[in-house]
Amino acid sequence: MPSPAFHAPDTVEGVVALLSGDPTARPLGGGTDLIVQMRSGRIAPGAVVDLKRIAALSGVRREGDVFVIGAATRCTALKDNADLCAAWPGVVEAANLIGSVQVRNRATMAGNLCNASPAADSVPALVAAGATCVVAGPAGTREVAVQDIPVSPGKTSLASGEFVVEFRLPARGARAGDAYLRSIPRTEMDIAVVGVGANLDLDAEGTCTAARIALGAVAPTVVLVEAAGAALVGTKLDDGALSAMVEAVTAACAPIDDKRGTVAYRKAMAGVLAKRTVQIAAERAGAKA
Amino acid sequence: MNRIHVNSTINGDVTEFLCDPGASLLDVLRDTLHLTGSKEGCGSGDCGACTVELDGEMVCSCLVLAAEAEGRTVATIEGVAEGSVLHPVQQKFLEHAALQCGFCTPGFIVAAKSLLDRNPNPTETEVRYWLAGNLCRCTGYDKIVRAVMDAAAELRQERTAA
Repeated sequence: MPSPAFHAPDTVEGVVALLSGDPTARPLGGGTDLIVQMRSGRIAPGAVVDLKRIAALSGVRREGDVFVIGAATRCTALKDNADLCAAWPGVVEAANLIGSVQVRNRATMAGNLCNASPAADSVPALVAAGATCVVAGPAGTREVAVQDIPVSPGKTSLASGEFVVEFRLPARGARAGDAYLRSIPRTEMDIAVVGVGANLDLDAEGTCTAARIALGAVAPTVVLVEAAGAALVGTKLDDGALSAMVEAVTAACAPIDDKRGTVAYRKAMAGVLAKRTVQIAAERAGAKA
Repeated sequence: MNRIHVNSTINGDVTEFLCDPGASLLDVLRDTLHLTGSKEGCGSGDCGACTVELDGEMVCSCLVLAAEAEGRTVATIEGVAEGSVLHPVQQKFLEHAALQCGFCTPGFIVAAKSLLDRNPNPTETEVRYWLAGNLCRCTGYDKIVRAVMDAAAELRQERTAA
């Protein structure tokens, strides 16, 4: 492949300056998508800007009840943070379904998001979690909902010179739980045919007070299905509420037919997985009471 | 294109090399440093034949830019045996005939050792999931899994005896 310039700045401003100076330059997190695309000739950036020399961009920290995850944090490192695993098991599990151990030891959720694949595993979990990302650019920083980053397969809403600096997972109530499930034809090393992230809040009586359901691989981008969440709020997640949630999920699917699955299969599986995912999230929320 | 000067520790030795900015760590290991044990199967992170440890974590060296290795520690298949004494994982691969063509073997051994360094008593399921990123087109995996389980048992015995 043609050799790009390689930069490893130690400040966020340094990254922004390099990305702004060359619109073809790309930030490098784990490289598990970027380097593959460079080698295949799909992209030929003039420069690669490594984010891993900026200490603040690697690792998980707490700001009060908010978890902040640096953009260069590898997926396997998330598992080392016991507090994060207890609060957001669905997010941690989703990030650790990507590729192999070798890949997850490099890959980052920010890269998973900005690669903008509709089948990205960590993204439905982050969207369900209500996560935001902090974006740095020439005009300073802004905070954006995760679901507003991808706009179509391979395309993001990031402007020239902008990059994702960190994720922020919001504070949550005492009885809350999240989960992510995906369907693949084998058990490991595959791309989601359908993925579902769910995040629930329950009150002391077990009534659902907030719910977010997000789907992967059934539309050009990951989708937040507000109607599916709304179908659960105010209920005790009884069969009727779950059926209404499944109906909303199925209605929100606009998948393609491809070698991994047909439109009909994806729609049916989205409903099945959504129900299972909500049940796991509910058990986790209940278990914390 | 300006070549980049990189300092790394490779298999315990302080090592300096020059590389193109776009060169992979695997390119440098094989073509510059002549450590040809790590193989390029796919070049896209799917096959694991290029598995090495970077700062103690196993990665596909085809998906690491050599320039990223500045100041990092790299462990390759060449550092697994101690002189002429094979590591138990290597010995058990021989005893169980856990290889045929051998192309995938260096990656499997680095990955298996990485597992046993962390988890001396893995279940068969844990072994299979851990090695899911390593492809073998000859053995059907069964002999590999048995070799790793047996190596784990031997390592546990060694540790108990010590």
